[in-house]
Amino acid sequence: MIDESFSMGSTLFHKRDPKVKLIGAAAISIVLALCSSIVVAGIGVIVTAILLFLSKPAPCLLFKRFLQVNVFNLFIWITLPLTYGGGETMQFSFLNLSLDGIRMAALISLKSNGILFCFLALLATSSTANLGHGMEKLGVPRKLTFLLLFSYRQLFVIHREYQRLQRAAKLRGFTPKNSLHTYRTYSYLFGMTLVRSWNRGERVHQAMILRGFTGNLIPLDQPQPGKADYFFLFTMLFISLLLAGLSLMPLTL
Amino acid sequence: MHISEGILTAPVLAGGTVLTIVGTAIGLKKLDYDRIMTVSLLSATFFVASLIHVPIGPGSVHLLLGGLLGLILGWGAFPAIVVALCLQTIFFQYGGMVVLGVNGCIIAGPAVLCGLLFKSMLSGSKKKQMVAGFLAGFCSIFLSAILMACALYFADSGFLQVAGIVLASHIPIMLIEGLITMFVVTFLLKVQPEILSINN
Repeated sequence: MIDESFSMGSTLFHKRDPKVKLIGAAAISIVLALCSSIVVAGIGVIVTAILLFLSKPAPCLLFKRFLQVNVFNLFIWITLPLTYGGGETMQFSFLNLSLDGIRMAALISLKSNGILFCFLALLATSSTANLGHGMEKLGVPRKLTFLLLFSYRQLFVIHREYQRLQRAAKLRGFTPKNSLHTYRTYSYLFGMTLVRSWNRGERVHQAMILRGFTGNLIPLDQPQPGKADYFFLFTMLFISLLLAGLSLMPLTL
Repeated sequence: MHISEGILTAPVLAGGTVLTIVGTAIGLKKLDYDRIMTVSLLSATFFVASLIHVPIGPGSVHLLLGGLLGLILGWGAFPAIVVALCLQTIFFQYGGMVVLGVNGCIIAGPAVLCGLLFKSMLSGSKKKQMVAGFLAGFCSIFLSAILMACALYFADSGFLQVAGIVLASHIPIMLIEGLITMFVVTFLLKVQPEILSINN
């Protein structure tokens, strides 16, 4: 379930420096998140979709992510037209739909998909480890990036540990139901995972102290941004400025 | 329990981000390098908790266990939860980069508050410990749901009814989280009580 399939690849997006991609993704996402015009959000979706297309993601995985985000949008489409209120309404058989609600739902769907595309094209094309180191270079506190990198490192171990305990429970004939017994079993399973990860944490910490750990993590791969990276950054910032400029223009929608 | 990208407005996003930065800064300040490994492990465990689906009625919900993390780590739960949310964004695109601040504030704030409030009850009788566990789990989700509803309402008053639906749909989750946190707390106190007294 936990994988980083998007980060495998060799397109120009995969080759860019993570720092540059972080700045670009932040700029475009913030502009899209703040825009309040459907036209600008629509243009944003088209631009980010082109970026996503250029990063050549695996179609099946892409569809899965797309579905995940849009299940929530479906909820918005069901609820907002009925509950949003506002002046204008539209009669649709026996339902009284609010036009403002429909407009809001469309805006939210466009914005959330645009930001998703931007995220997948720019950030998911780097591994979490590279992003973590990139964040540190961009000024995120070292303790926080350390927490991120180590949680990421241990995540898979703990997930396996939990699955092992879960398998053991299944072999003993445990079938989840709506009962207190089920909740207690899940709690004990999780409690045991917690105990194991706690003890693992102590051991890892001791091992690192023995190896002279001082709070510094030195990545073996330390890419320096080159000309292509700066050009990429310039393009991303240009796109976000363009979108920001458009959203400041008086558009009717 | 995430607010998706594209829903909130600038003031709510900015407010949430500022609060999360402050909370994370306090948490990091209280965290020294001796404990950082434990906190990262717990942060990863918190992430794994969100993959555990517990049956409820005809469907299932995933665990959150913020209250439990608050009980164990106190202020340290703030950066731990923010990191776990960040990983969820990277892996599954739940929430997002811009709303990370608001989501962090919604989940980590109540977790830390409940942890600090109910921690002292853990040194009492067995009944008191169980009540502390239940309340930590229950109240953290309760407060998170209220914060989430407020964030939606402040973003746009047209979201009032959606916020109500969100709040109502969290009632069963509060009960489940309360029960599970209670059982995990009693389990930990039996098996490895030092986990729950890291701050002492």
